Amino acid sequence: MYRYTDFDAAFVAERNAQFRAQVERRIDGSLTEDEFKPLRLMNGLYLQLHAYMLRVAIPYGTLSSAQMRQLAYIAERWDKGYGHFTTRQNIQFNWPQLRDVPDMLDALAEVQMHAIQTSGNTIRNVTADHFAGAAADEIADPRPVAELIRQWSTDHPEFQFLPRKFKIAVTGSPNDRAVTKAHDIGLRMVRNDAGEPGFEVIVGGGLGRTPMIGKVVRDFLPEADLLPYLEAVVSVWNLLGRRDNKYKSRIKITVHEHGIDDIRARVEERFALLRPAFIGVDQQLFAQIKPDFAPPAFKDRDTAPFDQAYSNDPVFRSWADTNLSAHRAPGHAIAQISLKAHGATPGDATADQMRVMADLAERYGYDELRISHEQNVVLPHVHKADLPAIHAALKAAGLATANIGKISDIIACPGMDYCALATARSIPIAQEIATRFDQLKLEHEVGDLKIKISGCINACGHHHVGHIGILGLDRAGVENYQITLGGDHTETAAIGQRTGPGFSADEIVPAIERIVDTYLSERDSADEAFIDTFRRVGMTPFKTALYGESDKKQKAA
Amino acid sequence: MPAIFTPKVITANALLEGDVVYLTQDDTWSRHLKDADVLTDEADAQIRLIDASARTSEVVGVYLADVSADAKGPKPTHFREAFRMRGPSNYPHGKQSEVF
Repeated sequence: MYRYTDFDAAFVAERNAQFRAQVERRIDGSLTEDEFKPLRLMNGLYLQLHAYMLRVAIPYGTLSSAQMRQLAYIAERWDKGYGHFTTRQNIQFNWPQLRDVPDMLDALAEVQMHAIQTSGNTIRNVTADHFAGAAADEIADPRPVAELIRQWSTDHPEFQFLPRKFKIAVTGSPNDRAVTKAHDIGLRMVRNDAGEPGFEVIVGGGLGRTPMIGKVVRDFLPEADLLPYLEAVVSVWNLLGRRDNKYKSRIKITVHEHGIDDIRARVEERFALLRPAFIGVDQQLFAQIKPDFAPPAFKDRDTAPFDQAYSNDPVFRSWADTNLSAHRAPGHAIAQISLKAHGATPGDATADQMRVMADLAERYGYDELRISHEQNVVLPHVHKADLPAIHAALKAAGLATANIGKISDIIACPGMDYCALATARSIPIAQEIATRFDQLKLEHEVGDLKIKISGCINACGHHHVGHIGILGLDRAGVENYQITLGGDHTETAAIGQRTGPGFSADEIVPAIERIVDTYLSERDSADEAFIDTFRRVGMTPFKTALYGESDKKQKAA
Repeated sequence: MPAIFTPKVITANALLEGDVVYLTQDDTWSRHLKDADVLTDEADAQIRLIDASARTSEVVGVYLADVSADAKGPKPTHFREAFRMRGPSNYPHGKQSEVF
């Protein structure tokens, strides 16, 4: 893992000291709220519905056991004993008090973490494939690239007051688990015909009010050109981006209004100017970063304990079938820890659970943990022989839910239970859907199905790219939920289509049930996943199930 | 015709804790909606709002929230204000949950 240099540590310490003084000046009245707000946002501190919220970056989703233990400590010492993992590989503490936040930031700095640029109109936490460095299908580990981008983008003087926030995601695998096509910039690590490493650069993706799938602006960018090219993209948008209207300020709108060819031409022109200014320091840094992400020395051991538990213990087998993914090293697996126990809040972990996960990573997982954008935790490198013991420990901590990728593995934003921007609640809807399908014992029959819920149009819950997307709105003073179908967050990214009029909080779970029943009756076999059935049969049978025949549609509104 | 003025309370978040607070009749801040002063006169409400907004060392984000009022005291008319009053629905640790 990357370790802070003296420069990094001094930079974070200085920022924390500055923020401590800013908090003091706010409390003693020297700073007004208008003056303080941009300062606190630069340090990840929001004021939500019921309390402050501190958003901490987990760079490219990678954590050590010591870092996870410190998050547990912070949750207990200054919060209410839990944390919420988000769709951008951050953790949010929902109940800090203003006076305590400087101490929380110092506690984070002790384990080389911070909350800088987790808010505001800056380049945000760089996210990456949560299976980075472990996945069998990977071309290269995206994390050294993500770390390089983090160092370049942190406190970049030109990019502290962008037209709006800016999000970058990197994947090193052709199977996109980082939702690169829904980011301002998505980077796919590829090799050209000569076998040289580089990137496909995707620009202008994003969800929110105007969802857009990103477009390829450069199909092959040599590795050494990365930072000047990124700088060219961001600086072109920094000038062109609409500062007059925050709904049109994201780069997706700039790309849409100018067209990808015009943007490409401007970026190439800017790139030609910037490229000579990069004289190789970035590549030296990159070379220094790479060894920090060297794979662990995987041991080759007998997998008999796994095979035995797999054939004897049906609970373990079910978990293994659902929560494990193929690892590149023989005898190893990637184990996902579901933070989606049926009826629980998606993405929440208690301090005790965090410590259990940290212990497991330290003992069995080469001291590594990952946070996925799907709000689960990952043990990226575990030997199969250790999985029965890992599963037993997870079970004892309420962390062994076997539902990864299934209908109850729901992404949900905090919604109106916490968020000041929300127009409706998300969490109770997720809880009810998960509980209902658990009661029906249909989850494994239904198979792979991604439900994603957002409590407002900003789409933190990624509803547009859910196979089933749910968007909570305020309709004449009542919570109302719109459904989209057919969204896809992977390399074949697609925006879901609206089914029609929305449903009340009481009607939404039965509506989801009707959609699932329709899928079960329409699929050509148990092997056809929901998204494939939807693509084959289209919207009509689902619409009929939701609203009846077309002449009855009006009533459902 | 001007819109009819509906009853309102003044609400904000406490600067230090972030808690939801309501302005009482004697111009203190309470954590409980039942203590809030219900404002039925528009001119009075605007003046109280201006005064409350100036108390920046105590609170953040002061605004008028609609309520309905009867003998039992004010009740939120919009679900957002109901959630602010009660706290989150997923855990029983909202600051106002003990009231119910």
